[in-house]
Amino acid sequence: MSNYVIIVIILTYLAVLFFIAFLAERKKKSKWVNNPYVYTLSLAVYCSAWTYYGSIGIAANTGIDFLPIYLGPVIAAPLWIIVLRKVIRISNQNKISSIADFISLRYGNNRFLGALVTVVCLFGTIPYISLQLKAVSETFEIMSDNTSYILTNTFHDSTFYVALILAIFATFFGTQNADASEKHTGIIATVAFESVLKLVFFLVIGIYITFYLFDGTTDIYNQIATIDNLKELTTLSGLEDGFNWLFMISLSFMAIFLLPRQFQVSVLENNREKYLKKAIWLFPLYLLVFNIFVIFIAWAGKITFGDDVNAEYYTLYLPLEQGNSFLATLVFLGGFSAVISMVVVSTLALSTMVSNNLIIPYGFLEKFIRSQTERNERYIKNIRRISIFSIIIIAYFFYISFSRELSLYSIGLISFTIIAQLAPSFFIGLFWNRGSSKGAIIGIILGFFITVYTLILPFTLAAYSGTDDFTQYGLYGIAALKPYALFGIDFLSPPAHAFFWSILFNLLAYLFFSLMFKGNYRERNYAEMFVDSRNFSALQDSALVWKGEAYVADIKTMLVRFLGEKKATRALKLFFTKYKLPVDTQLADARLINFSEKLLTGSIGSASAKILIDSVVKEEQISLTEVLRILEESKENIVSNKMLLEKSDELSQLSSKLKDANEELVNKDKQKDEFLDTVAHELKTPITGIRAATELLMDEEDDMPKEIKKQFLTNILQDSDRLGRLINNILDFEKLETGRLSLDMRSLDIQETIKKAVANTQHIAAKKGIKIQIKNVHHFEIKYDEDRILQVFTNLISNAIKFCEPESGNIEIDYKLGNEVLEIAVIDNGKGIPAEDIAYVFDKFYQSQHQNTIKPEGSGLGLAITKQIIEKHKGKIWADKTVKTGAKFVFTLPISYIV
Amino acid sequence: MMYKILIVDDEPNIVMSLEYAFKKKGFEVFIARDGSEVISIVENTVPDIILLDIMMPNIDGYQTLKLIKSKKSLEATKIAFLTAKNKASDIEKGLKLGADKYLIKPFSVKKIVSEILELLE
Repeated sequence: MSNYVIIVIILTYLAVLFFIAFLAERKKKSKWVNNPYVYTLSLAVYCSAWTYYGSIGIAANTGIDFLPIYLGPVIAAPLWIIVLRKVIRISNQNKISSIADFISLRYGNNRFLGALVTVVCLFGTIPYISLQLKAVSETFEIMSDNTSYILTNTFHDSTFYVALILAIFATFFGTQNADASEKHTGIIATVAFESVLKLVFFLVIGIYITFYLFDGTTDIYNQIATIDNLKELTTLSGLEDGFNWLFMISLSFMAIFLLPRQFQVSVLENNREKYLKKAIWLFPLYLLVFNIFVIFIAWAGKITFGDDVNAEYYTLYLPLEQGNSFLATLVFLGGFSAVISMVVVSTLALSTMVSNNLIIPYGFLEKFIRSQTERNERYIKNIRRISIFSIIIIAYFFYISFSRELSLYSIGLISFTIIAQLAPSFFIGLFWNRGSSKGAIIGIILGFFITVYTLILPFTLAAYSGTDDFTQYGLYGIAALKPYALFGIDFLSPPAHAFFWSILFNLLAYLFFSLMFKGNYRERNYAEMFVDSRNFSALQDSALVWKGEAYVADIKTMLVRFLGEKKATRALKLFFTKYKLPVDTQLADARLINFSEKLLTGSIGSASAKILIDSVVKEEQISLTEVLRILEESKENIVSNKMLLEKSDELSQLSSKLKDANEELVNKDKQKDEFLDTVAHELKTPITGIRAATELLMDEEDDMPKEIKKQFLTNILQDSDRLGRLINNILDFEKLETGRLSLDMRSLDIQETIKKAVANTQHIAAKKGIKIQIKNVHHFEIKYDEDRILQVFTNLISNAIKFCEPESGNIEIDYKLGNEVLEIAVIDNGKGIPAEDIAYVFDKFYQSQHQNTIKPEGSGLGLAITKQIIEKHKGKIWADKTVKTGAKFVFTLPISYIV
Repeated sequence: MMYKILIVDDEPNIVMSLEYAFKKKGFEVFIARDGSEVISIVENTVPDIILLDIMMPNIDGYQTLKLIKSKKSLEATKIAFLTAKNKASDIEKGLKLGADKYLIKPFSVKKIVSEILELLE
């Protein structure tokens, strides 16, 4: 096929891709470009020319060793739900534009770390892109009938032009928007399309070779079994191979997360988290299907060509051998598809990193601050365009210098090993908040240099010096420093060996320096946000640890420079509305600083955004003690919450007390009603007696006998007395209860008062045949109101008389000096007080609650009045519970009243 | 014929007036000072009417009424409360328990006698 025909085919194909990208960009919101299948197919950017051609080479030469590169992603896929979802969430919230941005933000927006990651990614990706160029160039050569197409002059090398075309394509779609965190719908659509093409074409050629050229898989197997050392190719031999496999699987496991192009498609271009659910099984399936025919194509090639041609291109040689140039063209296009999607996405990702994490923060920032919006946007886009071009051109020269000698497979592994250096700071940083920027930086640098020493240096030195002394004898001839057998470990393949040592030192350095040196407040703040991403937005918005001063006007000027007047004003308006702040707010708060940083991050990367914002913010250094103080404050909040809880407990206790009090009041009310009822009843009883007797006496028609008349008159008298007594008691009680009674305190002899009381009650007692004795004969002069104390004695004695049996009843009155009191007792040998009533006897409602014990003489107020009188004298009264028979009432009068 | 009346009250002065008035009208009068005394009296006698106070010691008027109602021999005996409790709720309660009349203290002796006679005839 003529070169020109091939060029025309390439251009036509590119035109189709342009058209698809253009269409997708126009219908950004359409379901055709926003679905889990497009997302999953875009992930298949993983399958580059390396997969398309390289796998077959490996399969032909070393058997199933090509598999670990796919097993890693297959193992990783289920973990996406946890890891990738977290990464996507954090990236969306922060407008992350690359993996460099992501890692540098995790470690406190560290500018140097961002640049370092960018450099690592450049070193990791440029050989990878050169691998793609090599594949295009070599397949071009195979397809072309002009075998001497490689000219010494670059400008006559078609590979160079292919590279240029790729660069133009990537530039055109990759730099549509200055905000790199915007989705690249067009590119993703073409990537998905290409993923379908490369898979279909690969399957077509697989089926063609297996079932058309050969008689199925068994036929190939049988044929290869006769000519080759098959066993060696299909089995793992021993522990050493096991280690190789393990390390290769780990390597590809990391690569699926960390390769800039994978980060671009899986994280940055992800529209919805739920797409992951489909991708976790569909993507492994894609890889599986892709690899079905690899081994058979390799064997078929081996059977057909032996070792005459490059095994990597069996898929082209086999149909061409049969004269089927159509099928070969399809295969070529499939490979070209794999190349173009890898190159475009990789350069897009890298150019963003180069501009946002390398060039802008380290050089152009000063210039940006001074210039105008439109120019800034143009500058940013131009930096990216130049980056894309430069990267592809550098990759081209890398290809020219080294790649011709290296296989696709080994170049791919170099890339993987370099990129894997990001693994400790990326993975551990997601789940361990102690991981610090120092640890990350030192780990990455150390790992990178070990990789360079053990993997890159050998072949570059060999390429320049033409000898492999370095590989053979080690640095300065020291055996322990042999690049492929560091410290005597010589059983691993060079990539596995490099991976093992670099990751080991990287990891140890990361852990060691993270534990040794804590990050500053800012770093730890971000670490906390990444590790605890669910609380992320809350933390981000409240921005706990920020202390500084900035004017809204300054921030706005800054935003206008990068986003334009319209966008900046709208963004600020949204911000003020969201947080309900007045539009004329003068001083910016932490939230506005964060918000502005996020806004700018999309355009210029997080590190640059931070530097820019810092330039207008007078941010004070926050010391550790201040952080602790802030934490202390939140602890205080917790404490005050506790206090609130206690307070509410107190309140509920108080309310229950109130409830009790209310119940008591209700109860008292009820008691008062009952008391009034009782009083009314007690008043009505003598009145009823008087009324009835009077009525009978007044009946003139009745001839009433004289004795009965006299009896009725006596009854009337008795009832009148009772009425009078009752009324006096009620009045007394009321006076005592309301405290309106004043005592007439005089110094008197208690003996005399008792004698008077006994004299007053003697006639009632005598009637019942009850004796009253005064046991103590001593005279005590104390101060009291005699009338009231007489009332007390009368009450107690009449009570005793009431409950004593006639004739046998005996009442004793005794007194003695107690502890600063005179203790007086009235003791009887009556029926006593029931145990259940003893608590109530002084209750004014005692009668109403136990009305069955009412005696006609009682008012129900006697003991209640007695108690009031004693208490008024500052004494106490009680019924002695210990007495076995009868009742014993004891009351005290303070001896301070003794004269 | 001669009616038998049982007066149940713990106030001797009131009982005395009632006793005098009913005897004058030709009643045979029995007296009990509370529920427990009622029991022993009705063992031997079936009164035509029982005049019942409510606020009494030991067994009050309500309990006494229940005792009376439980006695088969007293099925034909009329019962009237005579009490100082004059709230509407008290009256309702008394009549609900099965009293035939509810009379209130203080009272006119003449009126009580005529009310009782009316109830009996």
